[in-house]
Amino acid sequence: MPVIKFFRQRPQLTLLLLAVLLAVLPFLVGAGLGKSWIRVLDFALLYVLLALGLNIVVGYAGLLDLGYIAFYALGAYLYAWLASPHFGLHLPFWAVLPIGALLAGLFGVLLGAPTLRLRGDYLAIVTLGFGEIIRIFMNNLNAPVNITNGPQGMNLIDPIAFGDFTFKGTHHFFGIAFSSAHLYYYLFLGFVLLAMLIALRLQDSRIGRAWAAIREDEVAAAAMGINTRNVKLLAFAMGATFGGLAGGLFAAFQGFISPESFGLMESIMILCMIVLGGMGNIPGVILGAVLLTVLPEALRYLGDAQRALLGHVALDPADLRMLLFGVALILMMLFRPEGLLPSRRRQRELHPEDGPGEQASLYDSRG
Amino acid sequence: MALLEVECVTKRFGGLAALDAVSLSVRQGEIYGLIGPNGAGKTTLFNCMTGLYSVTGGQVRLDGKAIHNRKPHEIVRQGFARTFQNIRLFPNMTALENVMVGRHVRSRASVLGAVLRDKRTRAEEAAIRERAQELLHFVGLGRKGRALASHLAYGEQRRLEIARALATEPRLLALDEPVAGMNPTERRQMADFFRKLRDTGVSLLLIEHDVKLVMGLCDRVAVLDYGKKIAEGAPEAVQRDPAVIAAYLGVEAA
Amino acid sequence: MDIFVQQLINGLVLGSIYALVALGYTMVYGILELINFAHGEVTMFGAMVALAVIGVVLGVAPDLPGLLVVLAGVLVAIPVCMLLGFSIERLAYRPLRNAPRLAPLITAIGLSIVLQNVAMLIWGRQYIAFPPLLPKGQYEVLGAHVSNLQIFIVVLSILVMLGLWFMVQKTRLGRAMRATAQSRAVAQLMGVNVNSVIAATFVIGSALAAVAGVMVSAYYGLAHYYMGFLLGLKAFSAAVLGGIGNIAGAMLGGLLLGVIEALGAGYIGDLTGGFLGSHYQDVFAFFVLILVLVFRPSGLLGERVATRA
Ligand SMILES: Nc1ncnc2c1ncn2[C@@H]1O[C@H](COP(=O)(O)OP(=O)(O)OP(=O)(O)O)[C@@H](O)[C@H]1O
Ligand SMILES: [Mg+2]
Repeated sequence: MPVIKFFRQRPQLTLLLLAVLLAVLPFLVGAGLGKSWIRVLDFALLYVLLALGLNIVVGYAGLLDLGYIAFYALGAYLYAWLASPHFGLHLPFWAVLPIGALLAGLFGVLLGAPTLRLRGDYLAIVTLGFGEIIRIFMNNLNAPVNITNGPQGMNLIDPIAFGDFTFKGTHHFFGIAFSSAHLYYYLFLGFVLLAMLIALRLQDSRIGRAWAAIREDEVAAAAMGINTRNVKLLAFAMGATFGGLAGGLFAAFQGFISPESFGLMESIMILCMIVLGGMGNIPGVILGAVLLTVLPEALRYLGDAQRALLGHVALDPADLRMLLFGVALILMMLFRPEGLLPSRRRQRELHPEDGPGEQASLYDSRG
Repeated sequence: MALLEVECVTKRFGGLAALDAVSLSVRQGEIYGLIGPNGAGKTTLFNCMTGLYSVTGGQVRLDGKAIHNRKPHEIVRQGFARTFQNIRLFPNMTALENVMVGRHVRSRASVLGAVLRDKRTRAEEAAIRERAQELLHFVGLGRKGRALASHLAYGEQRRLEIARALATEPRLLALDEPVAGMNPTERRQMADFFRKLRDTGVSLLLIEHDVKLVMGLCDRVAVLDYGKKIAEGAPEAVQRDPAVIAAYLGVEAA
Repeated sequence: MDIFVQQLINGLVLGSIYALVALGYTMVYGILELINFAHGEVTMFGAMVALAVIGVVLGVAPDLPGLLVVLAGVLVAIPVCMLLGFSIERLAYRPLRNAPRLAPLITAIGLSIVLQNVAMLIWGRQYIAFPPLLPKGQYEVLGAHVSNLQIFIVVLSILVMLGLWFMVQKTRLGRAMRATAQSRAVAQLMGVNVNSVIAATFVIGSALAAVAGVMVSAYYGLAHYYMGFLLGLKAFSAAVLGGIGNIAGAMLGGLLLGVIEALGAGYIGDLTGGFLGSHYQDVFAFFVLILVLVFRPSGLLGERVATRA
């Protein structure tokens, strides 16, 4: 397409335009769609962060992690314990976030170490179980000692704050009003950009190559000197760390957490984001995450439309949501396993029968 | 002391003894041939030596250090690399990337280094790339670096697999039927290549069915039959050994 | 002491249900090396369909003996689940048989979600009660109570498992299944129609799941669209405990897991000084799974050869 070509040839200009767009996006969205959509935007960024983390596990290392949300939960609960009235602790976010990320990473190692020396499928089921266990503990550790406050969850969690400057109310800079949602937008955007940088650089490194090798042929990778267990564990633990970090951000942003936010369906949704967008490919993963955060919001209008037309909601869009995710997972795997925006390598892996094709495809332009 | 010592290695699969107390040794700088009828246990021996199978009994030592029942990557680190009978490349990676993977054990960049791209990591990455390119050149694939491994011709894939193994800087390289499926001209070229490789200081252990090639190339040969070593020695002597002739004729008669 | 006997009995009852479900996982894994995540949902469908039929029958003929009503439910649930299992294999797994390993795993989880949500749309979010149709009756054994239903469940499970054992060991299909599990390629060369063997495996596993689904909902007196998830997870753990791919292992693993869970739930309060209570019952299966994977990944009865190089 000529438009794409235009931007391809002017990377600096493209980057500048993109930066400006990202900087003013919350204002555009707020003005165009309404204030509540800025929060949707914040959630989209949080999910992008989560999806980027899971992509390291699923997309890079080829491991199926179905309990990813448990690490998110760990990060969130840790934040709540260390920065809310629950235990009367109010540590600053810059201390709590890293602790939460590390704790999640540690759990990742504890869970992955015994599992990852076995066939890949065991990880899927063990992580599935782990997610369930964490949920059981979150729901029940309110008695005899109240640790999690059970199904009610914990609230009044401290917002992000730099000294006296908290992300809670509205602040004015240069005569422009920045609401809490705006501020979190920029914070999350910063984290997302950082995560992208990390993911991209890892992909193009000795470690990224080792992940790709394991994904392609684990036996050959081992015979080429790769410590397959450690390298897989690294991917798994990194994913968990990302999850823990995102969890802390979520707790601070929301101010309230409860076990309900950390069900299996959340894990599935994040998996769906990377599968839909394109496993292993950063732009694809971002696209998937944004699509799947925004789409359910849009689905809500379906409910409103039913109410307007039928006078009641015949089919709750919230019920349809999970069904659609499941169908999407199946259909994507059957018909377009490389996702909407695939990486070149993934496309080849998943369509081995296509063969060399014309001359142009013989060579990989990445060099 | 020999470079590789295999002592009384036994490997059982359920009731079947795929290897039965096999002993042999490969000296530094040698090209050592391993021959035997189909199903004799040659590949199984390779798998036991390179950590893909655990041994049921016996020992394998590299430079005097026991390597049996160690992890494959530890053995590679010790300087023992291999190729596979049924080529196992990373099919969707380019030829160059395949060889770069082989540099994994000889490089160190951590996650932190990879993310920060500090000077050391960049230098290491450049060195990996350069060495991989050299190796591609060495096996005659200098211009195929950007081609996908799966798109290479069969003979090229075999050579790429050797380049990838060489990237791990082995002292001993085990090749499982490296010229299978090649025509006579290619085979001669490969034989020359193996001599050249030996001259760079890499000892070779190769499984081969082409008796003529083995006889012309190898310093010493061992013969396996039904998991047992039935002969070992200089090629001419082994060729005349009645037990060997019986084993091969037996197979042909069956 | 009677708490011990009581929990042992409860555990055996639960365990025989786990065993039936575990068989489905293990048979599929033995042949395809695939974790059929949707298997738990097939079990749930068994329960739901049976309950729906029971509801209809009770509406039409409320005076029928309870056992017959339940039997009608089971007899409809079995073919429905068989059809479900067959379609699952045909539509979602077969096209991906040669795809990278991640692909069928993802479809499997997708299927599981779809089945759950379809069930929710059909039968709603609420718990459905299993009507008290089976003849009541309690006996005392060593100071513990045993109900008719419990005896019924254990006996029926044993009969079903014996039937399966006979089929696998003695019939042509069973031989073909064992051959395919050993090596699909070789079985094919020997003239086994591998596709129909795989389909048959799914169908048989689903039939067992249907029976197990009815049992579990009768036992707890409830059914729910989400019930298949945890049941499936536990049954899979049981299969791993026994040695995945091994039929006798699945039976043993199921029974053992049931007992571990029941005893664990009975004693966890004492063990932790009252810190953790019986609502942690569901975590035992998971810890068993992890421990088996750490100390004996091949399970109690399993032996698996290393990957071929
Ligand atoms: N993983 C395994 N499980 C069971 N049996 C095996 C396994 N690997 C090898 N075998 C058996 O061990 C014996 C030796 O096989 P191996 O592959 O080592 O023979 P080979 O000498 O390399 O033969 P070829 O010349 O055909 O490559 C064969 O009978 C084979 O079936
Ligand atoms: Mg061989």
